[in-house]
Amino acid sequence: MSTAHPGRKPRVALFITCLGDQFFPQVGESVVRVLRRLGVEVTFNPAQTCCGQPAFNTGYRDEARAVASGVLDLFDDADYVVAPSGSCTSMMRVFYPELFAGDAKQLAKVEALRGRLFEFSEFLVNVLKVEDVGARFPHRVAYHDSCHLLRELGIETEPRKLLCAVRDVELVELQDNQLCCGFGGTFAVKFPEVSVAMGVDKTRAAAATGAEYLVANDSGCLMHLAGLIHRQGLPLKTLHLAELLARE
Amino acid sequence: MSEDLVTSNAIHERSVEALADAHLQDAYGSSALRLYTHRLSAVSEVPGWQRLRDRAQALKREVMDHLDFYLAQFADNVEKNGGKVHWAATAEEACAIVREIAEQAGAREVVKAKTMLSEEIELNHALEAAGIRPFETDLGEFIVQLAGDRPAHIVAPAIHKTRHDVSDLFVKHLHSEPTDVPEQLTAIARRALREKFAATPLGLSGANFAVAETGTVVTVENEGNIRMCTTAPRVHVALVGIEKLIPRFADLVVFLRLLGRSGTGQKLTVYTSLLTGPRRPSEDGPEEMHVVLVDNGRIATLADEKMREVLHCIRCGACLNTCPVYRKIGGHAYGWVYSGPIGALVTPQLAGIAKARELPFASSLCGACRDVCPVKINIPDLLLHLRSEAQEKVPAPRPSGSPFSERTSMRLWAWAMQRPWAYTLGARLARFGQRLFARQGWIKKAPMFPASRWTEGRDLPALAPKSFRERWKEISSSSQ
Repeated sequence: MSTAHPGRKPRVALFITCLGDQFFPQVGESVVRVLRRLGVEVTFNPAQTCCGQPAFNTGYRDEARAVASGVLDLFDDADYVVAPSGSCTSMMRVFYPELFAGDAKQLAKVEALRGRLFEFSEFLVNVLKVEDVGARFPHRVAYHDSCHLLRELGIETEPRKLLCAVRDVELVELQDNQLCCGFGGTFAVKFPEVSVAMGVDKTRAAAATGAEYLVANDSGCLMHLAGLIHRQGLPLKTLHLAELLARE
Repeated sequence: MSEDLVTSNAIHERSVEALADAHLQDAYGSSALRLYTHRLSAVSEVPGWQRLRDRAQALKREVMDHLDFYLAQFADNVEKNGGKVHWAATAEEACAIVREIAEQAGAREVVKAKTMLSEEIELNHALEAAGIRPFETDLGEFIVQLAGDRPAHIVAPAIHKTRHDVSDLFVKHLHSEPTDVPEQLTAIARRALREKFAATPLGLSGANFAVAETGTVVTVENEGNIRMCTTAPRVHVALVGIEKLIPRFADLVVFLRLLGRSGTGQKLTVYTSLLTGPRRPSEDGPEEMHVVLVDNGRIATLADEKMREVLHCIRCGACLNTCPVYRKIGGHAYGWVYSGPIGALVTPQLAGIAKARELPFASSLCGACRDVCPVKINIPDLLLHLRSEAQEKVPAPRPSGSPFSERTSMRLWAWAMQRPWAYTLGARLARFGQRLFARQGWIKKAPMFPASRWTEGRDLPALAPKSFRERWKEISSSSQ
């Protein structure tokens, strides 16, 4: 546990992500449950919406900057900002400096945010120094490395450490586990056929492991994969890592 | 380059065609994957691989920062070695130079080694128009030429052809017996090609590297045809893109170690030729050596501080082989000679963003290409940069099924995202509207863009009955 805040609980502000807010609120609830279990005070600022990535990713930088500017003022009173998404965390950590390049005032705010911003699994393992969060999940689980989490943030071992510490879980690796699932943000609707073809490969690889659950840390990838699994009628369910870690 | 030969903006239509072509899917699935896995094992054998990449990146930066100096040094040294240097600002100039050299040499035929630059400047068309027959001698290029096709990969031009396709082509054009044994197919091509080397007065090659310090043109290959092209004919012409420069002879080892392993998974390719001037007394080799240094848009790229990194590329093809999109859609979908992630960067630079504005979007931005790039080009970052350039300079077409242009949709979206009340209201309206389409939490066919594109191939989860922010009140009052 962090000792940076003697005498009180560390205060974590959630960046819940727009997909998490509207499609998968149970992910956010699970994040809250896990963090509280670890003695963290959790806050949520309802002034938040989106990190701006859809616009940035599609080349609309002015629009992305306008949306991202709103994020920079949301979390002034928090010790940490935690997002259950590798992709949104990448947007804020890796791409905000590029988006606000040349704007010293906004860059100072970006730096203040980046210093406190963590993706959920990295926050647990690297900040709270916890691997066993007290979860139990008696199922066979395949973990999918989402690309932004893996390549922009370099988070590969943290989710696996957390999964390995879950009681009664059986963790299996996917063949070609670093291969993209095909989501890609607006790519999914600009090149839907390619996106789907890539995703079909991924869901088949997951089904081939005999896993009951396909777990990842990004709601975008999970929405895409869940949609493919449902369309194909595969005997497989998707789950965000936070949801799994919240099970007791 | 002629207008109609760059069809990059049709990448979406082409990719749909490629996905429907089971034959093509087989060919790419197996060949690109094989190159990918060969690379993986070859790279894992090298301790300090990352340091080697860092070194190569630093060398490329050094070259690009002082390209004028290294070009002058290289040209001086080529001339000192007895070679002749030609400067070509455009594709047309480069083609004219080669044609003149061929005419002076009295060549009615030209034997060609594999060179992507010659594809880029459409040299074959220019030569044919002048009554000179270009003869491709690289096996893959030979197959592509027989088929009247274009290279589908920068290292493996005939990656899209199976051995059965090749046999059919040989039966048709070379009147050989059908066979699907690769060694026999190679032998058939070899017989057809051998006689050409001896009889043709001019051999044309590209260059993998050009060493400034020594004026050396370096080529790497596996078939021996480049060595034949550059040594057997009386005249050798090397087409060299100005980005191929490396400073010193000693730097070559860095790039050779990276190139073979990244491209084909080989420690070194079978042949590495160092060509330093024409033959000297008592030597074998060409009597004349011409080096054509080609700009064709490279200097403009150099002037673009962000995009100049594209010039670092050593054309190993690793980003193609590792790219999950390339593996699905193949090289021809990219609509010009350079394909895959690097093609999506190079084509807009050389052909102009208007002709290739769709290319940077044909990527999931997974970043696998950056991981394998031997010179550490930040490909996804440059793709993002080009996406914004595309939106600024060439507005996106209105998406099918959308009432608004893409920019208008994005502005509306951004407007709402800056106003939590509008965001919440929008979500409520969508929640209300989805009741017509959602069944048991899933939407199988959505009526409006972008959801309509989503549900073409996969189901869409319905919006949750209550958003997280609506549930937060209960969550925050419980426990803690």
